[in-house]
Amino acid sequence: MAIIEAEELRKEFVVWRKVGRLRRQRQVVSAVDGVSLRVEQGETLGYLGPNGAGKSTTLKMFTGVLAPSSGRLRVCGLEPVSRRVQLTRQIGVVFGQRSQLWWDLPLRDSFALLRHVFRIPQAEHAARLAQCRELLGLDEFLDTPVRQLSLGQRMRGELTAALLHGPRVLFLDEPTIGLDVVSKQAVRAFLTQLRDQGEVTVVLTTHDLADIERLCRRLVIIDHGRVVHDGSLEALHARYGSRRRVVVDLDAPWEQVPGLSGAVVEAVEAEGHRVTFSLAEGVTAGHVITQLAGYAALRDISIVEPDIEEVIARLYAASDDARSVASG
Amino acid sequence: MLSAYTRLLVAQIRSQTQYRLSFLADVVSTCLMSLLDIVAVLVLFRVTPALGGFSGRQVLVMAAMALLAFSLSDLLVGNVERLRFYIRTGLFDVVLLRPLSALGQLLVIDFAPRRTGRVVQALVILAVALFLVDIDWSVARVAILVVTPLAGSLIFASIFVAGATVAFWWVESGELANAFTYGGRDFTTYPVSVYSGWFRRLFAYGLGFAFVAYYPALFLLDVPDPLGAPIWLGWGTPVVALLAMTVAACVWRTGVRHYRSTGS
Repeated sequence: MAIIEAEELRKEFVVWRKVGRLRRQRQVVSAVDGVSLRVEQGETLGYLGPNGAGKSTTLKMFTGVLAPSSGRLRVCGLEPVSRRVQLTRQIGVVFGQRSQLWWDLPLRDSFALLRHVFRIPQAEHAARLAQCRELLGLDEFLDTPVRQLSLGQRMRGELTAALLHGPRVLFLDEPTIGLDVVSKQAVRAFLTQLRDQGEVTVVLTTHDLADIERLCRRLVIIDHGRVVHDGSLEALHARYGSRRRVVVDLDAPWEQVPGLSGAVVEAVEAEGHRVTFSLAEGVTAGHVITQLAGYAALRDISIVEPDIEEVIARLYAASDDARSVASG
Repeated sequence: MLSAYTRLLVAQIRSQTQYRLSFLADVVSTCLMSLLDIVAVLVLFRVTPALGGFSGRQVLVMAAMALLAFSLSDLLVGNVERLRFYIRTGLFDVVLLRPLSALGQLLVIDFAPRRTGRVVQALVILAVALFLVDIDWSVARVAILVVTPLAGSLIFASIFVAGATVAFWWVESGELANAFTYGGRDFTTYPVSVYSGWFRRLFAYGLGFAFVAYYPALFLLDVPDPLGAPIWLGWGTPVVALLAMTVAACVWRTGVRHYRSTGS
């Protein structure tokens, strides 16, 4: 059974635009414009999109915070807004910008309070807390008031708080935003482990594409409130024709190799001493390098994986073009 | 269930006492304000011997009953006006993500124990007022004296909640709700007979403020209504409270569905 089912989900907001000094004009803005999505138990899903694309709005509908304007939505088999209280026991949520911890109390007290708020059996609570303490290294700041924690420490606390009641789905909105490298790694390693255990379904939004590459097998990209890609990272590369590249440094300046197959020259730099080839689909780097080695002395070789940021930038541009064609 | 709210309450009080000096300043200023309130009431009744067909002492009974109802509701739900802040900052998201009633949490997480002082003050004034008038005590009169402030505080509480809920539609609603809550407190301090026209109709009957203290006080004092209402209306307070709570609950539910959160 799918743990999240959304069909034609929409959220519209009414905004009043200023026209003139006192008059205002009513305008309906679709933040989420017909999103359909199925997420299975145990999946780790990356939810990606530019600012204002509707990522957070979707997540807030999934968690029962916002009521959809239309469409069908079930999370853990429940309709989120009308069954909000039941749903909160099944999901864990980390909204990077809003703390669920008690600001003025030591971190430890927030965890104790959550046990009562969610009515978690003592033994379960202790076991999960012990696990998080170890994996996230909470011990050194467990007695510090939350307001004095660094962002990285607080985020580790938030993750723990979201997991103490043993949720089936974990929603993370920008979990690594603003974190230093060490904290980012700690958070990613923790989420990787969580994913590999396969018990918790994870849905995360992010701007950091490294999060996606490390964590998510499935990627949903939205732009202007619509899904523009749903599939694996590889499928995204295949669809938008991103290529792997081979960069070779040569002893002598580059001369055209006759009959080179499976690759085209993309750039020649350093007075002909450095050449970048892009590989055709399904061609191995070895195939091209063997051919090159027959013609020229190779000093150094590197293989560059396709750049996800570039693909996504291209994707947004394509979806903008499609929109302007449709509306124009 | 209760224990979750109790623990949230304890956590809130502990958080408040983290800032000891500010907590102390709060308590001292509240006490001073209460003292000033009492002085104001005493001054008023020295210069005005009669109001709206009632003696100063009788008016004092009404005022004290209203003040008790108001201060009770202010203690229990007055902090619901902080809803605006939770909506503006998007912190209401967090409230919705816990398996507890959203309204219940709001009341508990901003509970201000210092407001107990005003309840004590109202009780003292009421005791003094009752001592100053002649009441033919009976079981019915004792019952109405106990029931009225409780039911009356529910009427005020409903208006506090409904008023705060406006923020779901209009975040910058500012002090609009106060016109009805603090306005209601001031209205109920005087007999309904001193008001007239649409103003009396709106506040006394439309919003039900005549039932907070006026009609029950008439029953208690055994005085006929100068406006001709039957004496048994004094028992109407719980009914009006129930009605007000139903309306407030509907407004609240609709409001939560209109919650828009904030960006990101």
